[in-house]
Amino acid sequence: MYRQKYIFLLPGLLVLVAIILFPLLFTIRVSFSSWDVYNPGLNWIGGENYARLWEDARYWEALTRLSVLTVGTVLLQYTLGFALALLVWRDIIARRFFRVLFLVPMMTTPVVMSVIWRTIFHESLGPLNPILDAIGIGAQPWLSQAGHAFAAVMIVEVWQWTPFMFLLLLAGLLSLPNEPFLAARIDGAGPIRTFLSVTFPMMGAISVGAILIRLIEASKLMETVYVLTSGGPGTSTETTSYYIYIRGMRDFQIGYSASLSLTYLIVMSVALTLIAKALIRLMVKDRT
Amino acid sequence: MTTKTTLRGALLATSALMISAGLAAAQDYSKYGIKEDVPGACSFASIDAKDYSGRTLNIITHAIPVIGEPTALHAQQFQELTGATVNVVHVPFGDLFQRIMIPFQTGQQAYDVLFFASLWLGDFNPYLAEVPQAYQEVSGMQSVTPTYKGVATWNGKMLNYTMDGDRHYLKYRSDVFSNPEMQALFKEKTGRDLTVPATWEEYNEVAAVFNNMDWDGDGAPNFGTAEVTKRDDLMFSAFISRVAAYAKHPDVKGGFFFDLATMEPLVNTPGWVKGLEMFVAAQASMPPGGTSFGLGDEIFSFGGGQALMSYSWDDAFIQAMQEDSPIRNKVAAAPLPGATEVWNRTTGQWDKFDTPNTAPYVTWGWSSAVASASENQDMAFDYLCFFGNEANTLADLQIGRFGVNPYREAHFDPAFYETELGWDVNTATTYTDTLKAIDGGQNQVFDLRVPGVGEFMSSLAAGVARAQSGEATAQEALDGVAAEWKAIVDRIGVDRVREAYANVVALEDK
Repeated sequence: MYRQKYIFLLPGLLVLVAIILFPLLFTIRVSFSSWDVYNPGLNWIGGENYARLWEDARYWEALTRLSVLTVGTVLLQYTLGFALALLVWRDIIARRFFRVLFLVPMMTTPVVMSVIWRTIFHESLGPLNPILDAIGIGAQPWLSQAGHAFAAVMIVEVWQWTPFMFLLLLAGLLSLPNEPFLAARIDGAGPIRTFLSVTFPMMGAISVGAILIRLIEASKLMETVYVLTSGGPGTSTETTSYYIYIRGMRDFQIGYSASLSLTYLIVMSVALTLIAKALIRLMVKDRT
Repeated sequence: MTTKTTLRGALLATSALMISAGLAAAQDYSKYGIKEDVPGACSFASIDAKDYSGRTLNIITHAIPVIGEPTALHAQQFQELTGATVNVVHVPFGDLFQRIMIPFQTGQQAYDVLFFASLWLGDFNPYLAEVPQAYQEVSGMQSVTPTYKGVATWNGKMLNYTMDGDRHYLKYRSDVFSNPEMQALFKEKTGRDLTVPATWEEYNEVAAVFNNMDWDGDGAPNFGTAEVTKRDDLMFSAFISRVAAYAKHPDVKGGFFFDLATMEPLVNTPGWVKGLEMFVAAQASMPPGGTSFGLGDEIFSFGGGQALMSYSWDDAFIQAMQEDSPIRNKVAAAPLPGATEVWNRTTGQWDKFDTPNTAPYVTWGWSSAVASASENQDMAFDYLCFFGNEANTLADLQIGRFGVNPYREAHFDPAFYETELGWDVNTATTYTDTLKAIDGGQNQVFDLRVPGVGEFMSSLAAGVARAQSGEATAQEALDGVAAEWKAIVDRIGVDRVREAYANVVALEDK
């Protein structure tokens, strides 16, 4: 009787194995093969791909670049998302309209929006440079100089995903109990003091959740780079995902790209776990 | 399969094609967008006489419009004429290689007909069916120029079904070059007459003089040159165009990308380095953002009237010659510029040429093929022969976005462009003269059609991009590429790459 309950778990477990474990195990196996355009199939080459990866400077540069890009964009998204959520949290005119408006970028397809942004940033035909010229800032080499291209990728990412932060943080704000705010008001706390001592601490848990979700998503950054810059100028905007795409899909080095992907998965898992622990320690006071 | 059965099959196929051609009744097929049907084994009438009811043809092709649109159009027509069910899968370029290769490698019979870049033949050739002799003898195939028949051939077998012809050439604004004011300005600034650039040095000089000035009088600044410079957007082809004249010595045989004898990469030899230096130097004469132009940007920039000169495939030229184009009939074509100094890798010296050395670059081109595992090879080849029949091709050539470009002797007749497309004499003549010069030219360069070409070109583009962005000097960047190429060759196997590369060298050294 006791053992029979496992029979009921079996379908779920099989689905789990099929959906999650099999692709992962298969990728691990592929990463130990030289499967490419001229050696199809799963031969065994031991750790050659991992040894090659260790010396692949372009991969590690892409990983470093991705880290900067991810942390930078997520911090900006968090700050802006929190500010927007605070703006429409209380009763303001057309609150519902603004709530929907702020969500629009998130609902658009990243590839499509990247194409539109590429047109906006186009240095001779796009509308951005004439506007910058008109207000005295001057035209900028958005996609043809390394620093600017990096900034352009960040701008698109922040524009697209700030609404996600906004959505989660607004939901968090709306779920906060009213009593602490009443107590703060009775104690004479002003808006800044209330934010620092009441709102922000109480939003700690949901902030950590939102930041982590975005860090996980942002660390897979690919479409924006693909459409906007193709990793250039030079390799200045090449992220890990884009590099893996080039090696796997363009160069058809299936075995090697599997080892790149797995290493990337391990590095990101470790990094995100450490970041999560640090964030919880910093932002969540009541850690039980 | 024995020789006897092969011959019998070829005879049967030939007979079938001849009978169907003979049975075809004179009928009006102009509703399909053609001017008139051209009799022959692949004509509308001949295909109409076939019955493929109950059978299904699966095709994989590029996204609409380039090649994808004519594929779908002719698939629809083929379906209506034969009763077959034709499924067309459109795939973005970035995914096309792997969407074809994975079913090949895993033994799936996913597609009967494949449209792909002709330079992938080095990778795909083990999986493709040879074009049957009967189809090689149809009139449409007989009139394909030897250059493009060569591109379709691998180890003596025709594996690609030719339906497009591509090459790089120079495009320029003929109205500016013939304008006395501009000629005087150029003379004043350089001390020489304004001529169509015969060398890359002249190209860069002309581009610099006419950069960032309003030479067309529309109130907006114009620029010297528009080139494909974006790393993963076919920039490697533009770079090879820049390099060929310096590195392809007419008297040195045995390889342009590699020394065929040793399989040592030649990409970091002085000719290549010089080409890269000139490519980087030209960045100063490009429009804003020109250092990250993809092919689409280059087409729009030259075709839209922004840039004085450009070089790449036909697209920008055709864009400029669209009926609604502001620069229609104000453009002309010429072969790629050459070089008066050419690196001789045999002597290890620069050789001087009084007449600039030129090296026509026959690059890319869409191609098509039938999978050897296909169970519908008869229908698949019929579809391709219908796609490329004379009537369809003449119609397709007139629609720029289709991406079908001249590849038959008849396509090099200026009268066609004058009468059918309304081009003026100068434009049509320079265009067809240029195409003819490339097609019949000496010292041609072809794409590196070897296993792993994507990897070689990806490495090359990344190195060139490093030099373009200032991350490395031209020599450092190409030294890096050469090191990567050596590693790639070692991984694939020297003999395997050499065997494949010998096909390319055979085309170049013919």
